[in-house]
Amino acid sequence: MNFEPNIVGFFCNWCSYAGADLAGTSRAKYEPSLRIIRVMCSGRVNESLILKAFAAGADGVLVCGCHPGDCHYLKGNLSARRRIAGLKPLLEAVGIGSDRIRLEWISASEGPKVPETVKSFTSEIKKLGPSPLNGRHNGS
Amino acid sequence: MASVRSDENIELMTYSEVMDVSGYVGNFKVKIRRKPRYVDESKCTGCGVCQEKCPFKADNEFDVGMGQRKAIYTPFPQAVPNVPVIDRDVCAYFLKGKCRACEKFCEANAIDFEQTESFVEVDVGSIIITTGFDSFDPSVITQYGYGRYDNVYTGLQFERMSNASGPTGGKLQLKDGSQPKSVAILHCVGSRDINYHEYCSRVCCMYSLKFSHIIGEKIPDAEIYQLYIDLRCFGKGYEEFYNRLQEEGVNFVRGRAAEVTDLSENANEEGKLIVLCEDTLIGRQRRIPVDMVVLSTGLEPRADAGETAKMFSLSRSADGFLLEKHPKLDPVATTTDGIFVAGCCQGPKDIPDTVAQASAAAARVLSMISKGEVEIEAATSVVDEEICSGCKTCIELCPYGAITFDEEKGVASINEALCKGCGTCAAACPSGAIVSKHFTTEQILAQIEGVLV
Repeated sequence: MNFEPNIVGFFCNWCSYAGADLAGTSRAKYEPSLRIIRVMCSGRVNESLILKAFAAGADGVLVCGCHPGDCHYLKGNLSARRRIAGLKPLLEAVGIGSDRIRLEWISASEGPKVPETVKSFTSEIKKLGPSPLNGRHNGS
Repeated sequence: MASVRSDENIELMTYSEVMDVSGYVGNFKVKIRRKPRYVDESKCTGCGVCQEKCPFKADNEFDVGMGQRKAIYTPFPQAVPNVPVIDRDVCAYFLKGKCRACEKFCEANAIDFEQTESFVEVDVGSIIITTGFDSFDPSVITQYGYGRYDNVYTGLQFERMSNASGPTGGKLQLKDGSQPKSVAILHCVGSRDINYHEYCSRVCCMYSLKFSHIIGEKIPDAEIYQLYIDLRCFGKGYEEFYNRLQEEGVNFVRGRAAEVTDLSENANEEGKLIVLCEDTLIGRQRRIPVDMVVLSTGLEPRADAGETAKMFSLSRSADGFLLEKHPKLDPVATTTDGIFVAGCCQGPKDIPDTVAQASAAAARVLSMISKGEVEIEAATSVVDEEICSGCKTCIELCPYGAITFDEEKGVASINEALCKGCGTCAAACPSGAIVSKHFTTEQILAQIEGVLV
């Protein structure tokens, strides 16, 4: 059966969401696997939101923020980086796998980077297969 | 500038630099470094005797290195205020401890070698950034020979040369002082070129056309060549000006110049600069011998645009210019409330567009001032005092210092005027006591559920 992954994206309002907006206004196309949730800052994303996304059946979680030093809120993206680094071993331990979470820095001017990132992450998730918690796909 | 200076509501600070900006809309604190001029502004009458008597000279920056200025100088004739400044790197008193000629001749006793830099802090409600642009340095395009051949000039140099108060008094001349009989103007130098800047600098086509007109006026029998990719005469009256120049007999050659060389192949080219190009309208390669070459250099972001962006916490677009809030719907504001941009710091533009953008920025600021109050971010965070355990995790995390600890109640409290609503504290709160309004955990979870259906 053809596996189409479901990826939840947390995009910060100022850089990455604006970058995705730019990708949209430049009519760039990206895989339908990604569903973006706008947050004000990648620093708003914590472990519980990511775990809840996996629990709800996401095959991957993509967190995008401003480049270090460019954060609209000065250093929220650094909090996100620290949290995700700390979360990876846990994801590995519970069997979800640390490769299912990815953090990318996308600035407001990097429109083309959005489809590129989505493409590479989607193909990585496709290789990994459905998440063990993906109830829809596992039929449970 | 003069009317700005005489306006009693405007304080003009020249020869000063912004060092640090903190605060938020309505309450910015700006630290400004006032560099020492070594001339007392309140005493100087601007008579100019010091500049006449000063025995030391340096290249004049305003004339792009073509003329000279003294060690004590006003940057350009109409400078406001009309008060000279002493260049420490050239002045003999600062270098060797001797001279003080300017001091001797100054009748107003305005020279003050003891001046030191000072710092002032001002409170402002909003900020408009108009830091402008740098001109592209064409010496990196070695095939055009700028810096190698005497008679290859940049657009800015030609502008100064044609100016009546410029280094030649408005006379168009070659390095040896003779009058050019033929001039080639090369468009898109540093712009529309994937090797340098991909964007169009927007002003070069029109200033190049203006140059042709000036040459035609000053040297009526001169042969003028314009080597262009496309002529972008986009503004009001611009296309008409282009048509007029075609009637005046300017030679328009469609094709980017490949090279400027002094290697002649026949007697006709002897002692001239030869512009090599492909004329794409006749589909043939051409060699055009001319006396003078003018490079229509493009505009680029200021060398310190990155530091400026960081200081005011702004973003930059891929080309390096400061990023506006929205390219179509809000080209004046930035992502930081209370900070506006105008002119070429936001992107290349001509004078009418700059005036329009600057007026818009001023109007936006005025509307904020006349309102007397600002709308704060609706999406702030609040602490539920019932749940807060007083662990103080959030206090460290807040980049704006908006969270304080209420010792009496033993809980954290958020100043809503300072909070920008990033939600980092809400994400970090171990007891879930902080709610990030409009981005509550419940709302985000509902979105997750929604997108995974």
